[in-house]
Amino acid sequence: MKQKKRIKGGVKTPHYKNTAKFETRVMPVPEKVEIPMLHHIGAPCMPTVKKGDEVMLGTIIGDSDKFVSAPIHSSVSGTVSEIKKRMFPNGAAIDSIVIKSDGKLTIDPSVKPPIVNTKEEFLKAVRNSGLVGLGGAGFPAHVKLNPPKDKKIEYLLINAAECEPYITADYRETIENSWNVISGINVVMEFLEIENVIIGIEDNKPTSIKILNDIADSDKKITAVSLKSIYPQGAEKMLIYALTGRVVPAGGLPMDVGVIVMNVTSVSFIAKYLKTGMPLVRKRLTVDGAVIKEPSNVDICIGTYIKDLIDFCGGFTEEPYKILMGGPMMGLAQYTTDMPILKQNNAILAFNKKQSMVPEQTACIRCGNCVRACPMALMPQQLDIFSESQDVEQLKKYNVESCIECGACSYVCPAKRHLVQAIKKGKILVKTKGQK
Amino acid sequence: MTENRLVVNPSPHMKCIKSTSSIMLDVIIALIPAVILSVYFFSYISAIIIAVSVATSVLFEYLYNLAAKKKQTIGNLSAVVTGVILALNLPPVKSSIWIAAVGSLIAIVIVKMLFGGIGKNIFNPAIAARVFLTVSFAAQMTSWVAPGIDSVSTATPLALIQRGVQTGYLDLFLGNIGGSLGETSAVALLVGCIWLLLRKVITWHIPAAFIGTVALGAFIFGQDPLFHVLAGGLLLGAIFMATDYVTSPITWKGKLIFGFGCGLITIGIRLFGNLPEGVSFSILFMNALVPLIDRYTVPKSFGEVKKNA
Repeated sequence: MKQKKRIKGGVKTPHYKNTAKFETRVMPVPEKVEIPMLHHIGAPCMPTVKKGDEVMLGTIIGDSDKFVSAPIHSSVSGTVSEIKKRMFPNGAAIDSIVIKSDGKLTIDPSVKPPIVNTKEEFLKAVRNSGLVGLGGAGFPAHVKLNPPKDKKIEYLLINAAECEPYITADYRETIENSWNVISGINVVMEFLEIENVIIGIEDNKPTSIKILNDIADSDKKITAVSLKSIYPQGAEKMLIYALTGRVVPAGGLPMDVGVIVMNVTSVSFIAKYLKTGMPLVRKRLTVDGAVIKEPSNVDICIGTYIKDLIDFCGGFTEEPYKILMGGPMMGLAQYTTDMPILKQNNAILAFNKKQSMVPEQTACIRCGNCVRACPMALMPQQLDIFSESQDVEQLKKYNVESCIECGACSYVCPAKRHLVQAIKKGKILVKTKGQK
Repeated sequence: MTENRLVVNPSPHMKCIKSTSSIMLDVIIALIPAVILSVYFFSYISAIIIAVSVATSVLFEYLYNLAAKKKQTIGNLSAVVTGVILALNLPPVKSSIWIAAVGSLIAIVIVKMLFGGIGKNIFNPAIAARVFLTVSFAAQMTSWVAPGIDSVSTATPLALIQRGVQTGYLDLFLGNIGGSLGETSAVALLVGCIWLLLRKVITWHIPAAFIGTVALGAFIFGQDPLFHVLAGGLLLGAIFMATDYVTSPITWKGKLIFGFGCGLITIGIRLFGNLPEGVSFSILFMNALVPLIDRYTVPKSFGEVKKNA
């Protein structure tokens, strides 16, 4: 099977998949971990433990009664040494549980394979597992897998595009845990009664495509499709278009066009959880960038500090100027390495001075490269102007809210305009002023 | 580790290597064949005109920024491009040397910098300057000479055909004809065009729509389409001046409309106007319509739901 459509716009970024060939290394348990009460889109959890409590691997330490949320588990065994406030990039202060590890990883007795016979039991198990979308957005999986009755789901799409440069964590999952990927898919198909499954993989990962197709071969319902590499193919709306030709309406969700999209590591985790009952407490990350001594894929306890992870990778070769959580196109720049790693993180990148400096903005020359690059067919250069002039009417007219902030426009801009930044500002303007 | 020195900024954290100056450099490279052939056909006078035009363009931009206490912008090479293109629009005679300097002043200071500098000008600087010079110094701007070192007066192919004299295709193609420095040789301009397309500096839309409309118009009115494509300033205008980013529409739809408009006005002036040539006027006029075209060619965004207006 071939890809249905070529996505609109997009940019050809360098791939830098330096770590693709490296087998995942398991990082020893750190002395302490810090687990914030928010790893997902939705309501933060409330701590269910207090300072001094003994916890074990897999013990629930935070939960919420809100629907769009997911429980949080301890990733080590040890003692809660502190509950502090952690500043998140959006400015919110979130409770964060610091656990001093006893180094033993004693498993909580509650951790045992769930009994799953019905869809309801399956969704409950997914919630209990603490799974959130591991592609980066962190949307609670049990919410995504539970569309309203009137939405008929025809396609389950598995996102293994991994279009962000550097990152190879999902790729390693497809190589190292191929059988889990396929059995996870089968479980979701069975309980949600979905007929068709397409795994989307960019053509720079031929091994992945081959392995998954070989395993899935016995079952004609699952196919791995090679996608022509282009950024941002792994963005949900783009992937749906590339694989099915369907267009998610603005403001709509994949289920509006009969589709559920799941990250490949997420679906693989479901298979693992149903077998072992071990909730989401570990994660594979790609650690790379010019100043990392030993670029690797590392399997870590969630809540490990960035600095401990980097130390495990041999530390820095020279002074870092930028630390990213995530890929270079959409990742978040960190102000410190004293930051815990969250469930949905998939990469830590450290850049040297040359890579880190923000180029100076010059005047727009109206070359139109941003317009051609935009996968949402927006006009970033116009949005830049309207954001600058705070023209809410025009921002709305030019569909600022449709922007997925993929960064393709800023990437291609020869004048080095900070287009995404301007558009983000524009979105806030529409939100705040639009309510008046 | 000195953590207080970590750079924090919004994504993306990667940029492509293209810059305004690298794009301008590509345009300069694309102009080199036309520059070489102009020197070949019209001798050293071409080199002097081009040198003066480039030097004064850069100088005026430098001085303007100095006087206006603005950040220096000559590094983006756009003034060099304007200088070369302006020179290619002048006749290969001695008077063009001082005309080039006057033209640079008009192009850079009045048409570009006073409107806010690069990216803000409404009209293409070289085109506006050429039109200004044509109107102000009509005699000097139409003192065409035949190729060669002796400066024998001649007329351009477009003027000749109005008197019923047809110029051969081969001469038109190579540039062995009377005309301004850069508009004589079709082959040099086409080589430049291929470079610009390969380097993705321009897209095919404007040149194709512009040239296609002129050819079609000529055909409809019983004239030789190929002659109209090769003669006059059409190729120079369609490839290098109508495609100026700042003064042309952004979307491909807009570009097609813009190119079509340019072509329509050009062939209209050539066939029915008093002037033999209309490329500059057509581009200048269409430049003024760009904001309007842009407004009506906003693409439908991906997944856009029809709004109840």
